[in-house]
Amino acid sequence: MDTLKIENIKFQYNNKQKILSNISFEMKSNQIIGLFGDSGSGKTTLCKILTGFLKKYKGTININDEKVPTGFNPIQLIYQHPEKIMNPRWNMERILHESWIPSKEILDSFGIKNEWFKRFPSELSGGELQRFSILRAINPKTKFIIADEITTMLDSVTQVQIWNAIIKHCQKQDIGILAVSHDKLLLETVCDDIIYFNELNKS
Amino acid sequence: MKTTKKTNKPWTLYHANLRTKTLVIISISSILLISIFLSSYLIKPDSIITNFTSANQMPSLEHLFGTDWMGRDMFTRTISGLGLSIGVGAFASLISTFIAIVLGLFSSFNKFTDELVAGIIDLFSSIPHILLIILVSISFGGGFYGVIMGVGLTHWTPLARVLRAEIKKIKTSKYVKLSKEFGKSKLWIAKNHMLPLVISQIIVGVILMFPHAIMHEASITFLGFGLSPHQPAIGIILAESMNYLTSGFWWLAFYPGLSLLLVVLIFDLIGENINKLLNPQSAQT
Repeated sequence: MDTLKIENIKFQYNNKQKILSNISFEMKSNQIIGLFGDSGSGKTTLCKILTGFLKKYKGTININDEKVPTGFNPIQLIYQHPEKIMNPRWNMERILHESWIPSKEILDSFGIKNEWFKRFPSELSGGELQRFSILRAINPKTKFIIADEITTMLDSVTQVQIWNAIIKHCQKQDIGILAVSHDKLLLETVCDDIIYFNELNKS
Repeated sequence: MKTTKKTNKPWTLYHANLRTKTLVIISISSILLISIFLSSYLIKPDSIITNFTSANQMPSLEHLFGTDWMGRDMFTRTISGLGLSIGVGAFASLISTFIAIVLGLFSSFNKFTDELVAGIIDLFSSIPHILLIILVSISFGGGFYGVIMGVGLTHWTPLARVLRAEIKKIKTSKYVKLSKEFGKSKLWIAKNHMLPLVISQIIVGVILMFPHAIMHEASITFLGFGLSPHQPAIGIILAESMNYLTSGFWWLAFYPGLSLLLVVLIFDLIGENINKLLNPQSAQT
């Protein structure tokens, strides 16, 4: 089991306005934690900091009391807009295999069809792309997943299907999930515990 | 709505999808250009002989574009002029592409080099084009060599600007950032993410540079700063025909001018269609 511990994360784009001030929390890899907050409160910024997309922050992010290693980042982000994290000129097979090559069972559990592999990102729907984006994140080397509003664009049936697949896989692989959303009902169903972003970002 | 039937044979191409149409357009235009270029080399110099008995003839089946005041066949002269123009365009585009690639790559190093390259591009594009071409061409001694250098050293600005913007865009894109988080090296990212995108931009840029180069070659030759008067360049043909236009010999300027326009348009057509083909967003519709 791994522990993700973040301490005193501070971030600001300019001196006028602080976006994140002194954020600290801890989670374990067998947990599913929900992060609930208003629009524009800085949830996505925190997600980007945790996963290495933003580098200029203050504070520490540790896994098992050690710094996050360089190379493959064990904290992976599943982004809100899957089409933005895919090279528009690559086909889906290449996009998926940039991370790893999943087995047939995993592909089936996420409902990914073989015929999608030869297509380009512009030829798949948002929900289909999001499955690929999730699959890319659950690499065997991943320890934590930051799921930033990953199912907002999907209908409720597909939401259930995808969340079930993620949770099943992550429990098996011992991957911790930080689910970020402003859909409180979803977080209450899926998560073990809910953190309120406004309380976290107070001081 | 009527259903489209396969029986309308003459209209098969009309119902074909955009990809097929694009490919057909590209291949037909390329064949046309290549045949112009090759046939200009097959024309022997002695086939453009002066023959005063057949001077100033109207276009006919024997002389498609008519003859000039020295009895030379204008069709042969036009074709060899176009061949020369395409040759100049090719050399000039090569030089321009090379400069554009070097500057584009240089701009991607850091903020300072980026600003420097942007400044150089702005500087060069703020000088009137024709003036700069004439100056460079004269300073390289004029003639074939001078024109190539003049056109080549001035036409890299649009492509350099496109490359700089493209590299900047890819570098800040989310998929490159994610690729870094997957532990991929900078070289891997450059090879797999950047190169394919940049290369397709270069191909399209080079082809779209051709018409500009040909036009500018013709215009400075027309003004008398380019190729020497013995060479059968389109610019020379047009400049000479100016003296005879008032006498009513309209075909001396009309057909060579029209062919030049046609060649330029064909290059434009090829460039645009290749762009459609290389971009997956438009290639698959």
